[in-house]
Formats: sequence, C-alpha cells, structure tokens
Amino acid sequence: MADIKADASLDLRGVLCPINFVKTKLKLETMDVGQVLEIVLDDGEPIQNVPKSIKEEGHKIVEVKKEGEYFRLKIQKR
Amino acid sequence: MADKFIEDKVTRVAVKKDGQEVKMDFNDLKSGGFIKQRQKDQFTVRLRCPGGRIDTKKLMEISKIADKYSKKSVVHLSFRQSLEILYVDYKDFDNMVRDLEKIGQKVASCGPRVRVPTACGGCEYNPNGLTDTQAMAKMVDEKYFGTPCYHKFKISFSGCPIDCARTKEMDLGFQGVVEPVWDEDTCTGCTICSKACKEDAIKSHPETGKPIYDPLKCIWCGDCIRACPTESWQAKRYGHFVRIGGKHGRHPREANEAAVFIPDGKVPEVIEKTLEWYKMNGKRGERIGATIDRVGIDSYMKFMEPVFKSGEPITTGKAHKWQI
Repeated sequence: MADIKADASLDLRGVLCPINFVKTKLKLETMDVGQVLEIVLDDGEPIQNVPKSIKEEGHKIVEVKKEGEYFRLKIQKR
Repeated sequence: MADKFIEDKVTRVAVKKDGQEVKMDFNDLKSGGFIKQRQKDQFTVRLRCPGGRIDTKKLMEISKIADKYSKKSVVHLSFRQSLEILYVDYKDFDNMVRDLEKIGQKVASCGPRVRVPTACGGCEYNPNGLTDTQAMAKMVDEKYFGTPCYHKFKISFSGCPIDCARTKEMDLGFQGVVEPVWDEDTCTGCTICSKACKEDAIKSHPETGKPIYDPLKCIWCGDCIRACPTESWQAKRYGHFVRIGGKHGRHPREANEAAVFIPDGKVPEVIEKTLEWYKMNGKRGERIGATIDRVGIDSYMKFMEPVFKSGEPITTGKAHKWQI
C-alpha cells in the first residue's frame, strides 16, 4: 500500500498525555476536512490513549507505522 | 397492656420549639434518613440522590433549604453520593420534609433495607463507560429503594472494569463489560490494539501485526474496540458483571463473582431473586456476604441459575477467569 501523503505533521515524542492529544486536536482544527495530519507518538501511554481520543472526536486514523520505539500515525480530519 | 399498643399507634406529636408548638411525625424517622449527631438535638438529614446526580435547578432549591435549616450552614457529600444537610434541629423535621417535598426531593435511608444505589457516570458521558449506570441507578432507586432486609443492602453500578463504584465491596454490584470480537478481513495489522490492551490479552503477530487474543486474560474493558482505527474490533455483546456479598466496614469482604454479560433487562430479576434468596436463607443482622459464607455460594448460584443463564454464570463463585 502506497504511503498516504500528509498535509501537516506534528512530532509528539516526549509530549505527555493529554497534552499530545490536545496538540493534535488543535492542529486538526486549523486543517480542512479530508486533509491528513501525521503525528509521531511515543510507545506506552501515548499510543494507548491518543488513538482512542482521536476516534472519539470523530476523526479517522488512516495509517499506523511502528518505527522503533515510536509510532507514526496519519489522521484524516472528519 | 392494651394502653401500650394504643400509645404505639401515635405517629404525630406536638413539641415546643422557641415557645411555639410544632408537629413531629414519627413516620418521617422511619426510613432512617435522619441521623443523630454528637450534638444534642442535632441531626444530619441525608437526601436521596441516586447515582449522585442532581438536577441543577433542584440543587439550587436544596441549597436554600440547607441554608434555612442547617444551624451551621453546611452540607456534606456522603460516601454514597448523597447530599447530607448537617446540624438540623429535630423539631424542624416536619417543616423541612415539607419544604423538601415541594421541590420533589426525598430523604434517603439508613438501617436494614435496600439503600440508595450508587453509580459512576456510565456510558452517557464517560468515554470508558459500557453501560448506562445512571439509568440503572434511577431504575433501582424507583423500584427497590427501602425494601426491608436483614441488614443494610447496598447496590452499585460501575460502567467499566476500572470499577469506580466499587462493585467488589457491595452487597450486590453490577459492573459494565463488553465482549470484543475481531474481524480479520478489515484488520491492517497496525498493532494499536495490542498497545491499547492493558491486560496483555492481545499480542501482535511478529510478522503480520495481527492480534493474538487470549480470552482468559481479557477483562472485557473494550479498550481494543475503542482504539482500533479500522473498526476491526467490534462489540459482540454488552452486559453486567454481577458481584454478590461484598462489604467494607470493620471486616471487609470481597464480593463473590457470580455472572458476566447479564443484559440490562435482566438486572431487575437479578435483584429480585437475590433479595428472595437472602430472605429465605439470611437472618436478622446478617449481611448477605455472611449468609453466603454460612450457607454456601452453591445455594445462591443454584437459585440464581434461571436468570444467570441470560449471561454466563461463574459456577465456582470465585474465579477471576471462569471456564467457558
């Protein structure tokens, strides 16, 4: 599967819950519906919590890649 | 002797307060929501707030009444989520109850009966919530509040396995559960579910990333369902984990695990049958947990079988992981 092109990106490594989610949410608010935001999350609590919260806000996670000790997620704004 | 009985029938008496005569109704005291304080003539009046939820308009009215009758202008939040108005003079009971009735606020209870049910926020607004605990608490309060028992009988509802309403310490506790089911076709092997699972019940396949699910480790919290980006984890069924015979206090007793996946509609029957079993097997002054210790959990489980069959009975009565 070809990589989905991101319109913006946020490196959230080292950013604690729930600040990482809030930053994601605020970034998505500046974007248009259908655009894709790429975020990088730490393993552990961030990857446990942030995807659930993104889903609850109604956005769609379209790609997940594990890269060593962190995760690269692509979120489509809904 | 006859005189004594006649005297006992008197429920209303007149007492003097500040030189004026006021009426006192002993029926007010029957439910037990009036709790004697250390101070002479002062009582705590416990209000009935099922699930700890209070309409804001009513709360404003309650605060006016509390301000009028509390000699120290204070309320206390009880351990079972109800508002208690402190420092109320017993001679004010009649007037206070009437003021409370006008705003539709009832007084709670203490003593040997079914108490006001407690509940967390539940699925209405809490992201973790799996069951509508607030609706259940309201139903239980309307149907079973005040039912006489051999001892106090506490019911609570937790919406998820975090169990904020402490169902393990209740005479009868209901905790929300969801059974997850996985669809291979839509799964992209992203591994998020294995990260979201805090129970080590989901491992990711080292090559495909797809989940390897261990139902014996699963505590049915639904984190996998909530986290899955592709909706490959779905809810097969929701229900209540039923716990029986728990208590805290001087000698805490952890509840027996009785059944899982009991649907909402069967909750009233679980309560009714449990109270029936307690009535048949218990004795005065004995909590239901003590009855179970004395009579045996098997007796309870056998009696409850018809209703527990609506979900999965935990036949051992004490097993975190029951055998399917």
